[in-house]
Amino acid sequence: MPQIFHPSANTLSRLSILVALVAAAGSVTIFYLIMRSPYQTQVKVIPTQPIPFPHEHHVRGLGLDCRYCHTSVEESSFAGLPPTHTCMTCHSQIWTKAPMLEPVRQSLASKKPIHWQRVHNLPDFVYFNHSIHVQKGVGCASCHGPVQKMSLTWKDQPMNMEWCLTCHQKPEAHLREKRDVFNMEYSPSEEEQLSLGKDLVRRNNVPVDRMSNCSVCHR
Amino acid sequence: MNRPMGRRPARAGCWAAALALVGLSGCREAMYQQPRYDPLEASTFFDDGLSSRPMLPGVVPHEDPRGAPPSGADEDVFYTGWKSGRLAEEVPFPVDRDLLVRGKERFGIYCTPCHGLSGDGRGVIVRRGFPQPPPYYSPELRKQPIGHFFDVMTRGYGVMYSYASRIKPRDRWAIAAYIRVLQLSQHAEVTTLPEADRAKLPGEGSTGEAAGRKQP
Repeated sequence: MPQIFHPSANTLSRLSILVALVAAAGSVTIFYLIMRSPYQTQVKVIPTQPIPFPHEHHVRGLGLDCRYCHTSVEESSFAGLPPTHTCMTCHSQIWTKAPMLEPVRQSLASKKPIHWQRVHNLPDFVYFNHSIHVQKGVGCASCHGPVQKMSLTWKDQPMNMEWCLTCHQKPEAHLREKRDVFNMEYSPSEEEQLSLGKDLVRRNNVPVDRMSNCSVCHR
Repeated sequence: MNRPMGRRPARAGCWAAALALVGLSGCREAMYQQPRYDPLEASTFFDDGLSSRPMLPGVVPHEDPRGAPPSGADEDVFYTGWKSGRLAEEVPFPVDRDLLVRGKERFGIYCTPCHGLSGDGRGVIVRRGFPQPPPYYSPELRKQPIGHFFDVMTRGYGVMYSYASRIKPRDRWAIAAYIRVLQLSQHAEVTTLPEADRAKLPGEGSTGEAAGRKQP
């Protein structure tokens, strides 16, 4: 009976196993890289907004407190997006002719809200709550980055589960005194942060042992 | 449903999965985008495009979103600053140090942009062109009953918009009480200060009215 396979089939079979392995590993690597790239996470991607609102000017330039506009951040899951009324508190008197602000004036006149594009949007299976983070001493900048430097607003952190857990497992690396939560220029040294953070975990009753439970964020 | 930017929960994943020949099934967005609304999310269901529905006239809240008045406080005074056509002369609940501290904090957030840290009416927004409000320590404003300040915050005054949707009644009272503190701070008699504070003053015998604080 003749040989079914040519002797080169040995090489081919080894080669195809190798190619399959390399392809599998390569695909996994590519998958991993894409999942972490800004294409997927949208980190530092600036969405086009109806008005090029500069946080930099309002926060650093004028010194407005975050809560002047995001009024419900201390007591609600939602930080609060300011209604047109809030913009017009000042812009009914200042920059009243600026073409850039025309959509704001139109919104007030027509009573139609400005259609901002969300910069941070967690999946619907995550039940994030701003108020508890603020009350326990997580600074705005810890998640939102240097908003006071953003001439146009971008998402600073990937906000995937792995990222959430870095803090849920080790909150002492991020907690602040309550008076510093809204302080955008706060920057303690690493040692200061760790010793203060450990103290704050105790003082603010941060339940570290339960903070990685699924039901903390997922219902 | 509208898909704002920044929401590509699974599309990239699908591509990658196809490349990787793994996870070929189960790559759907149903969990990411569940059939419920986030706060202020756009809606295609209602004609005005809003998922949050405006309140119908005459709606009675089950639980007052403005916050319940403290026990013993007169409801009319607490929510409006008025009672029987007269502005309230006093805060409708006990004022303590905590309330003043709270008032100072809230004043810093909502009032200082125009009124300035000392209430002189020369805040950063005024320096950028907003009409200047009178200083709190002007004789006219010192004579106003405290309900006046609550009423101004609640309903607005002149070019100042209402802050009723941004500051809850209790905090408005806290700010009103703190405005009294600012008024006193510019008119305190040196002789009424404790010894320790008096020692810190540069001159003797002058009144607490700081030079340059007068209305320009």
